[in-house]
Amino acid sequence: MAALSDNLMVCTVLVYLVAMLLHAAEYAFGDRGRIGSAATAPAAEREKELVGAGAPVVAKSSHGGYAAPDVIESGGDRPSWASRLGFLAVVATVLGALAHLGSVVTRGLAAERLPFGNMYEFVMAITLLGVVVWLVTVLLQQQVRHVGLFVMLFEVLLVGVAGMVLYTPVGPLVPALDSYWFAIHIGAVATSSSLFMIGGAASIMFLVRAGYDRGKRGFLYAFGGRLANAEAVERLSFRLHAFAFPIWTFGVTAGAIWAEVAWGRYWGWDPKEVWAFISWVVYAGYLHARATPSIKRTTAAWIAVIGFLTMLMNLFGVNIFFTGLHSYGGV
Amino acid sequence: MTVSELAVEQPPAGGQPPGRRTPGILSAAWAAARNGWRQLTSMRTALVLLFLLAVAAIPGSILPQRSVKVEDVQRYYAANPGLAPIVDRLWGFDVYASPWFAAIYLLLFTSLIGCVTPRLADHVRAMRTPPPDAPKNLHRLPQHAELATAVDAAAAKAALRGWRTVRREQADGTVTLAAEKGFLKETGNLLFHSSLLVILIGVGLGSQWGWHAGRLIVAGPEQVFCNTVQQYDDFGLGPRIDAGDLPGFCLELTDFRAEFHDNGMPISFEADVAVSDAAHGDLGRRSFQVNHPLRLDGANVYLLGHGYAPVLRYTDAAGVTQETVVPFPFTDPTLTSSGVAAFPDANGSDKAKQMAFEGLYLPTANQAPYITSEHPEERNPALMLTAYRGDLGLDAGIPSSVYELDQRQIETGRLKRYGEAKLLRPGETWTLEDGSRLQFLGTRQWITVSIRHDPGEPIVLTGAVLLLAGLPLSLYGRRRRVWLRLHPDGRAEAGGLPRTEYPGFEDEFRSLVERWQR
Ligand code: HEM
Repeated sequence: MAALSDNLMVCTVLVYLVAMLLHAAEYAFGDRGRIGSAATAPAAEREKELVGAGAPVVAKSSHGGYAAPDVIESGGDRPSWASRLGFLAVVATVLGALAHLGSVVTRGLAAERLPFGNMYEFVMAITLLGVVVWLVTVLLQQQVRHVGLFVMLFEVLLVGVAGMVLYTPVGPLVPALDSYWFAIHIGAVATSSSLFMIGGAASIMFLVRAGYDRGKRGFLYAFGGRLANAEAVERLSFRLHAFAFPIWTFGVTAGAIWAEVAWGRYWGWDPKEVWAFISWVVYAGYLHARATPSIKRTTAAWIAVIGFLTMLMNLFGVNIFFTGLHSYGGV
Repeated sequence: MTVSELAVEQPPAGGQPPGRRTPGILSAAWAAARNGWRQLTSMRTALVLLFLLAVAAIPGSILPQRSVKVEDVQRYYAANPGLAPIVDRLWGFDVYASPWFAAIYLLLFTSLIGCVTPRLADHVRAMRTPPPDAPKNLHRLPQHAELATAVDAAAAKAALRGWRTVRREQADGTVTLAAEKGFLKETGNLLFHSSLLVILIGVGLGSQWGWHAGRLIVAGPEQVFCNTVQQYDDFGLGPRIDAGDLPGFCLELTDFRAEFHDNGMPISFEADVAVSDAAHGDLGRRSFQVNHPLRLDGANVYLLGHGYAPVLRYTDAAGVTQETVVPFPFTDPTLTSSGVAAFPDANGSDKAKQMAFEGLYLPTANQAPYITSEHPEERNPALMLTAYRGDLGLDAGIPSSVYELDQRQIETGRLKRYGEAKLLRPGETWTLEDGSRLQFLGTRQWITVSIRHDPGEPIVLTGAVLLLAGLPLSLYGRRRRVWLRLHPDGRAEAGGLPRTEYPGFEDEFRSLVERWQR
């Protein structure tokens, strides 16, 4: 069972890699401006959009929130090569997610417990949840499909690092983790982390598109013209973050309650706690920035990206560079 | 997101306008203060302070912190003798108690109060104020509909259940309904921000009136630990607590059980203690575990670690016998432990003939060389000892670890190795050159516990619960208004205005219009 789990993990990385390449190919073969932007720009802006592709949508986007219609179906013309590739990318993502699920479930069966007991399992769980969140998002809002490039990039990197650096053989839980707070705390943290991950991918996508709209044509920005409508992606990113933030807050609170039960203090500025605090403050900053009209949406998006970097720091940096009470079994 | 017109970047309500007769310099100072306050309570400042707080927290995760592990700070001092004092002067080892960290969060909380108070007043006012009358041109609103059928005002009002609705009648017979919903968003926001203050108060209270201590307890009735400052291995008392305030319970470790997998990974730890106190005497037996602390009146006791304490009996050449139980700290997860048993009173009062035994205890010693244990359980225990004879340096006045010999005494030759190292199994006796004997009687268990009390905890928990209640309300709440205008000629039109970002508003508005048309 353990070996099956490991094999499925390898499959997962490979299939996600394929999905990422398909997304990349979609950009490479996509005809500029067709994807997303033309189909979904708010009605008033659509005309301009069609005339001069890549008109600055962001600059005009109304902070007033007179929400533009979300989805306007593109005309009935035949799907292009690019959108076929994009569709295949989503199919590959689904296949990868199935392998991923299989890997996590067989791991749990092999260990006879919840598969969250060490760093490797935790990262596998977050990335699985991340893919699920992503697939639900694409299903509900097809216009943001292009964010998949970054989602798959994160997935490949995270699952890859989990498999190569963090891998731990199947083992039992140490007594310190043997608590129902364990399931509650880790569950909330994993869920919110995965939401932040997808939200971070959407923020990056928004920044690329917004940069393109401001005339940047450097590496990555050149893709901007083929990306989805910036406003829709930005709104998606906000919704994901707004959804994740209370769950993260709950997860940190549950962690504090558990810390009281286990160590006698609810907060001790252990490195892991420090970085959880930092992420929390940065994401609170994001929500503030997003709510302040005089602060540009791109600034808010950068804060979200920094927030995600602090999450990564907590996940990898703290476990690898620092020692603390949270020394998770076997890195 | 639309910021409600309870404007966010608007000057707060506090403060009166400067008096007319105020001298110039005072009024300038007043203006400056008012301006400063306006700056401080702006969203931008809040953002900058939040960012600063995040950045200021970073060094505490990189530098060792006294509050987390004092030993690491000492190690840092040893490794960086030049840098450490400078870091220390900048509060680098006490980041979260440092004045600069406090300055940031206190400013942030000042800004928070300055931000929340006027908003609270505004919110109360807004909740009392009926929704305003319909704007003249409903079709300019983001949502607008001409109703196809005639609408009965009473039925229309009934369809607005859950909305705060006002009915107004114009002189020409036009009836308008104005309805508003979503006040919980602002309520949640204020609750959330106020709960941060509650948490801060709870944390402050805990740091003033809380205390914590650590102690190693060896099993056995003569090793009873009583909760006094003298008996702690280490402790920290809040500034408002003194030694006399500590609850006076005593604990005797009566049993300790540790279970392990065959590969040495732990399964569970459980300690049994007999609890007593001076006032009530015996309070019965209690057991506690990792994740299940012992909750006593006024203090909680947490199980942190455990190990073995060899019991040794030394009989000197003159036949004088002493017995000692020495806890050996472990050095690896298989409980390879090391320590020192000192017999300063051996061989009469001649300091040059004091005895000590230093070495390793291996709970499972299967193979030579006997330097590491193979399993944390006592499956094949052995004690590897080296004898030392000479001046132990105990009364030199320099504090020394009870777990190591004083290296200075060895370097200066005042304390010398005595004979060869020896492997002892439980019950075995070792006869030294001078005819003295050391008998290894067996081991006892020891545990380390943390004893803590934090009176701020219930307040912090309350704050956290309020925070978690307010947050979703604030984030997912949506304020919106709708209006219905019924013209005397039977025409009816409706308009809707979302006052916060609300992509689903159109759907809600449409379904409302449908209900009106029925
Ligand atoms: C202790 C630090 C603070 C934290 C952790 C914090 C956190 C948050 C969070 C997470 C939100 C999002 C909820 C929402 O969007 O409704 C929020 C909203 C808000 N915060 Fe703060 N905040 C802090 C301090 C402040 C301060 C100092 C101010 C005033 C200058 C402020 C004013 C606001 C306002 C006006 C909103 C509502 C934005 C809106 O939705 O319209 N906050 N805060």
